[in-house]
Amino acid sequence: MPVVSMTVNGKPASADVEARTLLVQFIRERLGLTGTHVGCDTSQCGACVVHVDGRAVKSCAMLAVQAEGAEVLTIEGLARDGELHPVQAAFREHHGLQCGFCTPGMIMTAVDMIRRIPDLDEETVRDELEGNICRCTGYHNIVKAILAASQEMR
Amino acid sequence: MYQFNYQRPKSLADAEALLAAADDPKILAGGQTLIPTLKQRLAMPSDLIDIGAIKELDFIRAEGNAVTIGAATRHATVAQSADVRKHNPALAALAGGIGDPAVRHMGTLGGSIANNDPAADYPAACLALDAKIHTTKRLIEADEFFKGMFETALQDGEIIKEVTFPHPEKAAYMKFPNPASRYAMVGVFVSKGPWGVRVAVTGAGQNGVFRVAEMEQALSKNWSPDAVAGIKVSANGLNADLHGTAEYRAHLITVMAKRAVAAAG
Ligand SMILES: Cc1cc2nc3c(=O)[nH]c(=O)nc-3n(C[C@H](O)[C@H](O)[C@H](O)COP(=O)(O)OP(=O)(O)OC[C@H]3O[C@@H](n4cnc5c(N)ncnc54)[C@H](O)[C@@H]3O)c2cc1C
Ligand code: FES
Ligand code: FES
Repeated sequence: MPVVSMTVNGKPASADVEARTLLVQFIRERLGLTGTHVGCDTSQCGACVVHVDGRAVKSCAMLAVQAEGAEVLTIEGLARDGELHPVQAAFREHHGLQCGFCTPGMIMTAVDMIRRIPDLDEETVRDELEGNICRCTGYHNIVKAILAASQEMR
Repeated sequence: MYQFNYQRPKSLADAEALLAAADDPKILAGGQTLIPTLKQRLAMPSDLIDIGAIKELDFIRAEGNAVTIGAATRHATVAQSADVRKHNPALAALAGGIGDPAVRHMGTLGGSIANNDPAADYPAACLALDAKIHTTKRLIEADEFFKGMFETALQDGEIIKEVTFPHPEKAAYMKFPNPASRYAMVGVFVSKGPWGVRVAVTGAGQNGVFRVAEMEQALSKNWSPDAVAGIKVSANGLNADLHGTAEYRAHLITVMAKRAVAAAG
């Protein structure tokens, strides 16, 4: 079995895996980081979004071995010294979640879009959320939270 | 997923050698199509040869009257490229409209055209922009490359290296996305350049992307939305599914062609 090594949330992670192991399985089942969710397993919902070398990707559509040598960031790696990341704080403040199932993916997608796009407006946020599905909120408060965080982080 | 061997070569030469040595290999690029296919057990390759670490396949180069893009270049990279935006803004916009941000961070130009999904966007750009597809074996003209639904002129072990897009004088792509999948229900790419006028349609044809000669002739005489407004494409050979009938798609082709010409200016 191939050995895969990567950095996850700043810590080295290495394990024997079958080549067919998905990145999301590696993260959840081998590393026990269950904040990254699997909503659909068919690339639609975005609950599994993590960052690989600084870019948001769907970890259900990537093999663990493809992340060899990469820097992976999951929802667990966002908070610093017990302080929520500004996007996490904004989701709490603006009621951007209800059941919370989509939230890890929403937040990782939001952090990525705020990094890429300095002057976000509502239309752009909605467009950028194309690959993230929420069954609860109706999206309004998610969009509000992302816009607020983007202002705050400017 | 069935079991497979996995290899991650660093050079094109190594990738070719690995492909030649394996029993029933498949190239893995962004995996955005292939991994879901493997998950559904619709394919059972013996080996995956991952070209994602081959630096010589990931580049964008503007030279002369063309932009050349490496096969493993991600959709997001093409969408943001200053060179592509300057010389071929329609192509940059097309790349920026594929799927969603996470798909664009992984999916590649080579993977998209090798897969030749009948609703994919890049095939329309290649056909309408008279693109040259360079492989490890030869140069294939876009007109000769797309052979039918999920079929191309590629042979076993042949790797797409790069695609050259000559600069258009005018061009635009208009896509009517399926609201759920964001793939094209109908997408029309119109262009004017050294090759004359081209109109390429994706999403509609049962055999994948195709050109509309009647629209090309009309636009050659008169480059304006009105020139195509009266042209009806036959519904014969068009896709019909729960999202729309063949007649509906035929109608959309004219509507999208009109909008594309208007957008191209
Ligand atoms: C949710 C979602 C939405 C999408 N929406 C759209 C959309 O709106 N429009 C659109 O056009 N596409 C869409 N796609 C498809 C996406 O663009 C894929 O990235 C693309 O079709 C395949 O590229 P890839 O790099 O991921 O290839 P892979 O999945 O890795 O490979 C696809 C095929 O191409 C072969 N291949 C890859 N690279 C090469 C090469 N260099 N030479 C020879 N063969 C090669 C592989 O062997 C495989 O058979 C979507 C995908 C998803 C998951
Ligand atoms: S679980 Fe990956 S996109 Fe839904
Ligand atoms: S909060 Fe429940 S799915 Fe989004």
